[in-house]
Amino acid sequence: MSAPAFGRYIADARAAGRLVVQPRMGFGSATRMRTGLAATKRASATTVGTITLDSYTRLGAHDAARRALTSGAELNGYPIVAHDAGTTEAMLAGIRDETFPVQVRHGSPTPELIFQRLCELGLTVSEGGPVSYCLPYSRVPLAESRRSWRRCCEILVNARGSGPEPHLETFGGCMLGQLCPPGLLVATSVLEGMFFRQNGLRSISLSYAQQISRAQDEEALRALRRLGARFLPGVDWHVVLYAYMGLYPRTRAGADALLAGAARLAVRAGADRLIVKTAAESARIPTIKENVTAIEHAAREAAGEREDPGQAADTGIHAEALAIVEAVLDLDDDIGGALEKAFRRGYLDIPYCLHPDNAGRATSYLDTDDRLRWRDTGRLPVPEPRRDTGRPLGAAELLECLGRVRRRFDHEPMEAPEARTRWEARR
Amino acid sequence: MQLLITELGHEVRNLGPCVPDEQMVRAAAGAPCDLIVMSTVNGHGLVDGERAVRRLRAEPALRDTPIVIGGKLGVAGTSRPEEVQSLLDAGFTAVFGDDEVDTALFGSYLDSVAARVSR
Ligand code: B12
Repeated sequence: MSAPAFGRYIADARAAGRLVVQPRMGFGSATRMRTGLAATKRASATTVGTITLDSYTRLGAHDAARRALTSGAELNGYPIVAHDAGTTEAMLAGIRDETFPVQVRHGSPTPELIFQRLCELGLTVSEGGPVSYCLPYSRVPLAESRRSWRRCCEILVNARGSGPEPHLETFGGCMLGQLCPPGLLVATSVLEGMFFRQNGLRSISLSYAQQISRAQDEEALRALRRLGARFLPGVDWHVVLYAYMGLYPRTRAGADALLAGAARLAVRAGADRLIVKTAAESARIPTIKENVTAIEHAAREAAGEREDPGQAADTGIHAEALAIVEAVLDLDDDIGGALEKAFRRGYLDIPYCLHPDNAGRATSYLDTDDRLRWRDTGRLPVPEPRRDTGRPLGAAELLECLGRVRRRFDHEPMEAPEARTRWEARR
Repeated sequence: MQLLITELGHEVRNLGPCVPDEQMVRAAAGAPCDLIVMSTVNGHGLVDGERAVRRLRAEPALRDTPIVIGGKLGVAGTSRPEEVQSLLDAGFTAVFGDDEVDTALFGSYLDSVAARVSR
C-alpha cells in the first residue's frame, strides 16, 4: 500500500485552509467497519478514518472479544486482535490510500499485542500515552504502563517503512474528560509528546479537549502550540482538538451547537485536526449516518471561521504548563522515569482521578465564569500555588460542574428520553 | 452510584472500575452484604452482566443476595424487553436503565431492601 506520511496529509490540508475532521467510529463487525470508513472517506470534508477498538481489546480480553464475535453480541468497537489479520486486511483494501489515512484509537495501558497487529497491517498511525491511557482507565500500575508504552514505541519505530511514517497522538490533553484545569492538560499532553519523541517517534500530535470557556480554551490551545514548538524540535507535529469529552447534551440542537463551537474553536486557535462527537453521544454508540452528519456539520462550521492571530488574554496557562513541564523534566533524563517520579511526588496530580498512583491532593472546580480553576494545587510545581481553605466539594456541587454543559446546551424543551424503565422482581 | 447510595444512608464497598470476575466473586462471597449493585455504561453490560451474575449465583453464599444491574446496558440505546429478560433469567433481581426515572426507582428499591433487612 502506498501511504503518505500522516503529518504530510495534515500539513497539506492546513496549507489549503481546511480543518481535518475525524470521527470516533468503531464497530465490531468488519463489514460494518468497512462501510463506516468508506462513508467517512466520501463525506464532504477533509477527513481521516478512524478505527476505534472495543473495551475487551483495550483490556487485553481478546477471548471475550472472540466469544462476542462468534455469539453475535454487539461490541463497542472493532476487535482488531480478535479478528484475524486477513479479515482486517480485506476490510481496509481499497479504502485507505494517499487520499485517506486511517488512525487506530484504543485506550489500552499495555497495548503491545495491539501495536504488533497494527504494524502487521501497516496501520502505523495511532494514539494514547503511558499516563493518559493508564490513570483514567485502568487498574494497571503506572510503572507497568510506562514500560509497555516504551516497547510499543519500539514496535512502531521498527515498523518504519511498512506503512506511513509512524505517528502517535497524545491522549494527555483529555485525561478524565472533564474538570482538569487546562494548564495541567497542556503540560501532560506536551510531556507525553516528548516521551514519544524520546522513544524514536518523528511524527506526533498533541491533543487538547474542549472545555467550557471558549476564551480559556483558546488560550490553552495557543499555549500548547507554543510549547510544542519549544519542546518538540526536529519532529513533525500538530495540534488536535477533541470535541467536548464530558457529559454530552441529550438534544440534537444542543449536541450540534456544542460541536459547532468545537469546530470554530479549532480553527480560531490554529488546531489542524478535530475529533468530533455525534448527537447520539449521550445515549449510545452512534450509527454511520450520525457520524457522517457530525463530520459534515463540523466541516461546514470550520469553513465559516478564520484563524485569529490575535493574542487571547493571558491568564497564565502557558506559564503554568511550562513550570510543570520543566519541573517534571528536571526529575530524570528519561522522560518515562520523570513521569513516574512526578506522580509519586505530586508534581503531576489529576483532580478526581482515583488511580492508586495518583496523589489525589490537587482539586479543581468549574467557576461561575465557566473557567476551570484550582481549588488546591497540592504539590503541583505551579507559579501560583493555592490552598483550599473551604470545605470539600460536595456531591451536589460536583454534579453541577459535571452537568453544566449538558444543561446549558439542552435549554430548549427536552426531547423524550430514550430510555424507559423496567423493574421486575425476581421473586 | 456510590455517592447516591451513601446519601440514601447506606454503607458502600466500591470495588472500582473494570473489576475482574475472580476479584468480584471473592469480594462478594468473602464479606456479607445486603445488596450487590453493578453499574455499566460502556455497552457491554448485556454480555458482561450475564456472565458476572452467573458466577455470583454459583456461590452458595450468594444464592439469595439481591443483585441488580443498571446503566447503559447495550450499544444501541434502550434495551429490548428480551434483553432485560435474559439478564433476569441469568440471576439478576432487578434491571435498571440509564434514565433519571431508573435512578428514582432504584432509590425506592433500596428502601425496600433496607426495610426487609432490618425486619
Ligand atoms: C466521560 C466519558 C468517558 C471518559 C471516562 C472518564 C472517567 N473515568 O470517568 C473516557 C474518555 C475515559 C471514556 C472512555 C470510554 N468510553 Co465513554 N463516555 C464518557 C461520557 C462522555 C460521559 C460519562 C459520564 O461522565 N457520565 C456521568 C455519570 C453520572 O453518568 P452515567 O455514567 O451515564 O450514569 C448514569 C446512568 O447511566 C445511570 N446508571 C449508571 N449505572 C447505574 C447503575 C444502577 C443500578 C442504576 C439504577 C443506574 C445507573 O445513573 C447514572 C446517573 O444518572 C459518555 C457519554 C455521555 N453520557 O455523555 C461516554 C460513553 C459512556 N462512553 C462510551 C464508550 C463506548 C467508551 C469507550 C469504550 C470508548 C469507545 N469505544 O468509544 C471507553 C471505555 C473504556 C472501557 N474500559 O470500557 C459510550 C458507551 C456506549 C453505549 N453504552 O452504547 C458512551 C455513551 C459514549 C458514546 N455514545 O459512544 N468515556
